[in-house]
Amino acid sequence: MSQATASETTDEGVIESVSGPVVTATDLGARMNDVVYVGEEGLMGEVIEIEGNITTIQVYEETSDVAPGEPVENTGEPLSVDLGPGMLDSIYDGVQRPLDVLEEKMGAFLDRGVDAPGIDLEKTWEFNPDVEVGDEVTPGDVVGIVPETESIDHKVLVPPGYEGGAVAAVESGSFTVDEAVVELENGEEIAMRQEWPVREPRPTVEKETPTTPLISGQRILDGLFPIAKGGTAAIPGPFGSGKTVTQHQLAKWADADIVVYVGCGERGNEMTEVIEDFPELEDPKTGKPLMSRTCLIANTSNMPVAARESCVYTGITIAEYYRDMGYDVALMADSTSRWAEAMREISSRLEEMPGEEGYPAYLAARLSEFYERAGKFQNLNGSEGSISAIGAVSPPGGDFSEPVTQNTLRIVKCFWALDADLAERRHFPSINWNESYSLYTEQLDPWWRENVDEEYPEVRQWAVDVLDEESELQEIVQLVGKDALPDDQQLTLEVARYIREGWLQQNAFHDVDTYCEPEKTYLMLTAIQHFNEEAFEALEAGVPVEEIVDVEAIPRLNRMNTQEDYEAYIEELKDDVAEQLRERY
Amino acid sequence: MQKEYKTITEISGPLVFADIDEPVGYDEMVEIETPNGDVRRGQVLESTSEFVAIQVFEGTSGIDRDSSVRFLGETLQMPLTEELLGRVLSGSGEPIDGGPEIEPDEEREIVGAAINPTAREYPQEFIQTGVSAIDGMNTLIRGQKLPIFSGSGLPHNDLALQIARQASVPEEEQEGEEGSEFAVIFGAMGITQEEANEFMDDFERTGALERSVVFMNLADDPAVERTVTPRMALTTAEYLAFEEDYHVLVILTDMTNYCEALREIGAAREEVPGRRGYPGYMYTDLAQLYERAGRIEGREGSVTQIPILTMPGDDDTHPIPDLTGYITEGQIYIDRDLNSQGIEPPVNVLPSLSRLMDDGIGEGFTREDHADVSDQAYAAYAEGEDLRDLVNIVGREALSELDNKYLDFADAFEEEFVQQGHDTNRSVDETLDIGWELLSGLPKEALNRIDEDLIEEYYVEDESEEVAQTAD
Repeated sequence: MSQATASETTDEGVIESVSGPVVTATDLGARMNDVVYVGEEGLMGEVIEIEGNITTIQVYEETSDVAPGEPVENTGEPLSVDLGPGMLDSIYDGVQRPLDVLEEKMGAFLDRGVDAPGIDLEKTWEFNPDVEVGDEVTPGDVVGIVPETESIDHKVLVPPGYEGGAVAAVESGSFTVDEAVVELENGEEIAMRQEWPVREPRPTVEKETPTTPLISGQRILDGLFPIAKGGTAAIPGPFGSGKTVTQHQLAKWADADIVVYVGCGERGNEMTEVIEDFPELEDPKTGKPLMSRTCLIANTSNMPVAARESCVYTGITIAEYYRDMGYDVALMADSTSRWAEAMREISSRLEEMPGEEGYPAYLAARLSEFYERAGKFQNLNGSEGSISAIGAVSPPGGDFSEPVTQNTLRIVKCFWALDADLAERRHFPSINWNESYSLYTEQLDPWWRENVDEEYPEVRQWAVDVLDEESELQEIVQLVGKDALPDDQQLTLEVARYIREGWLQQNAFHDVDTYCEPEKTYLMLTAIQHFNEEAFEALEAGVPVEEIVDVEAIPRLNRMNTQEDYEAYIEELKDDVAEQLRERY
Repeated sequence: MQKEYKTITEISGPLVFADIDEPVGYDEMVEIETPNGDVRRGQVLESTSEFVAIQVFEGTSGIDRDSSVRFLGETLQMPLTEELLGRVLSGSGEPIDGGPEIEPDEEREIVGAAINPTAREYPQEFIQTGVSAIDGMNTLIRGQKLPIFSGSGLPHNDLALQIARQASVPEEEQEGEEGSEFAVIFGAMGITQEEANEFMDDFERTGALERSVVFMNLADDPAVERTVTPRMALTTAEYLAFEEDYHVLVILTDMTNYCEALREIGAAREEVPGRRGYPGYMYTDLAQLYERAGRIEGREGSVTQIPILTMPGDDDTHPIPDLTGYITEGQIYIDRDLNSQGIEPPVNVLPSLSRLMDDGIGEGFTREDHADVSDQAYAAYAEGEDLRDLVNIVGREALSELDNKYLDFADAFEEEFVQQGHDTNRSVDETLDIGWELLSGLPKEALNRIDEDLIEEYYVEDESEEVAQTAD
């Protein structure tokens, strides 16, 4: 970086060579990671390597027709995002340009060289002060509230870099994001907008151990493999196994205050689905539109690769900003493999020495830096906030031994393994219960005992045991057939089948089944456990297994999921099962 | 800036390196004239202030260091007009059907900009292909990209042709809307002359040629040309769809040849290779092709893509099918075993998938029972398929009655539902009725994926009633 000061370098350089998204320039006075504007059209780029007088730049836009000799201009600033009211209900590209504004400016196709601020600089917001003249404030403190959307109050914070001190003047009323609303005695002015470099975590006091689950309304996740608010999870799976549906379900139903959804190198039509669906969906808790708590970042696979590399940072920085206000934020990144591949692509254009499978040697470091920015934190202003990070991983050929999956697993504490075989039989969500795990189960058990049922952890353990036993028995069945097993084992297989089909399976496209509250998750499982007990009693009393499984009420266990009035249904079902089984002996 | 250089320093595979003294734009078009007067076209792959690397579309043989290099000052453009319909062009867009020169209404860069996700319209309109395995189980939607994963020697071309021939939007036809017309764009990359003849004969026989634009890059044409063929085809498709309101079906065959060409160029540039020697940017490159399918809000037309690829060694973890599967919205598998059993088309529905299906079927699109029937058939077929392994060991007698029914279902599913022949065009109602007929071989209690009301309505109770059902 110090080379920059040596010769007669200026803020303007000249392009030396162009190869895809990588451009080199000479005579440019720049620091690492400075944002620069490249060529006559002013394409946005970032400095990624400095060697002698030559600066290497990754360009966030298509570089066709850019020629050596054209100018490069340095802004002197690292890649930053605008933080302030107006981010919720927005949809951004990988460098926080609002896509709807870009559409107005250049039509249906994304042209290049067009810039737009991340938040509307013209719009005015209602600022309600939370401090009075004379109050002492320090960085991170809340100085006022702005009603941002129907469901979220945006808190205006003293930016982390400020000195702080006594408040000299406070405004109240409508302001644009750049007008000063609070003035401090030392001359510092606080506006609703602040900037933050995306590659740098925002400061906090400390990281705490998370103890509350992030309820997703998905039975297999809440019930078997829960994630904590402030936890990290990975969803790896081959194509077609339902990663994106799972991510969408989480984004829709997770009980976080704020959801940041990063579509990183994924399909255009899928992003459109999110954009069209979310505004129509209601938050199950508040009844407000889901979009009013959601910020979308869409960098589809055909958008420039360098912007794909930056979009996860843009996402997590926005998430950190809302965490600083004391909110629980859930961040979904779909998919982190595309992000890793973008790193690989740029690394190979730089002719860096490749690590495993061509990925750069710093892959593991970047992944862990990203996931470490998640967690439950005590903020500078004393409030508590959390970021739960859930990353989809797309392993080539569905092979979990590849570098991105492996390096991710070393960091995250929840592993939801998607299984192509389950997807083929249309068992959704196709999360494999034998391979998946959650390391949060124990620290979350107290919450379940207190809020759902004292017995819950025991019932869950029972289900896990039955499923384990089933997978062992299945190996024998493969060899000798089901009928060769003793009666009690045949019955266990039958019980396990209802756990799989009636409880683990969940239809994301069914109005009722798409979201399952924790109480229902628990009650459904108790109904199957109840059937298990009754059936084994019948078996002991001498009823043959064929007759037990033939009982008319039992298949209704598979229809509990779609019942809106589930409590009554399950009560009645339990009674019927018991009654009809007891009739046989 | 038609400056002419005679400064070629290196010729290597499909690449030519030349020294320059005036800057040249990245991606700019180049003409190289050999001493005997041949003109080759190429494109700038890397541009520095001292030299450029040029990839030559028509091959480098015959180029020597005395050849002259001209930079045309513009990137590769595709001449566009509605008159392209009915024409046959070379892989780089020159007419090869003996017809007149193309008089374009407009010229566009073939690279194509990304569609802004907020400007897209979510694809929801069902396309009836007349093929049960697709319509019933993996429905194709307008604006979707649904590749066919095949292997060498399998009849993927017949399936593609069948789809091109039969594709229709039943609703629009019923309502008698003027609507938009279908157009087919056929981009052939490195296919053999024989395959090309098969396509052309079929197009001519069925009269489909007049609503088609054909781009032909044959197996013996230069490999580098293949990297521009799909871009030419898609630029034409976007023009016809979004300017002239056509519903365009783009068939690209064979994507494997396209990727081989990418690898060849990457190797010649001495790039650091990714998996199996394919360039590290292949995902981005393929995405830039496949993502050009879709619909745009406020425009009538649509671009639907059916890329065909032959999986080397029938291995779907090979980088080409693998990366494709992560970008496209599902895939249709052609299966070697089914093919040898004589099933036409030999579509293996289990690994096949259409991601856009859920939103384009059901009441108002196809029929209310569509989703449930397809789910149930999937589950039952998977069950039967599993039991087949077991039967080989223990025999049918050792299995329960229900298991035997699943086995029968799996057989019938292949022989009656998937099997239909390349010339049969089934409506979606017929497809679903066949589905019910087969599912009714299973007891009602086993149909746990189907809503009870639908079972009441459609379940075929026994032989005598079955006749009544199919009659109406």
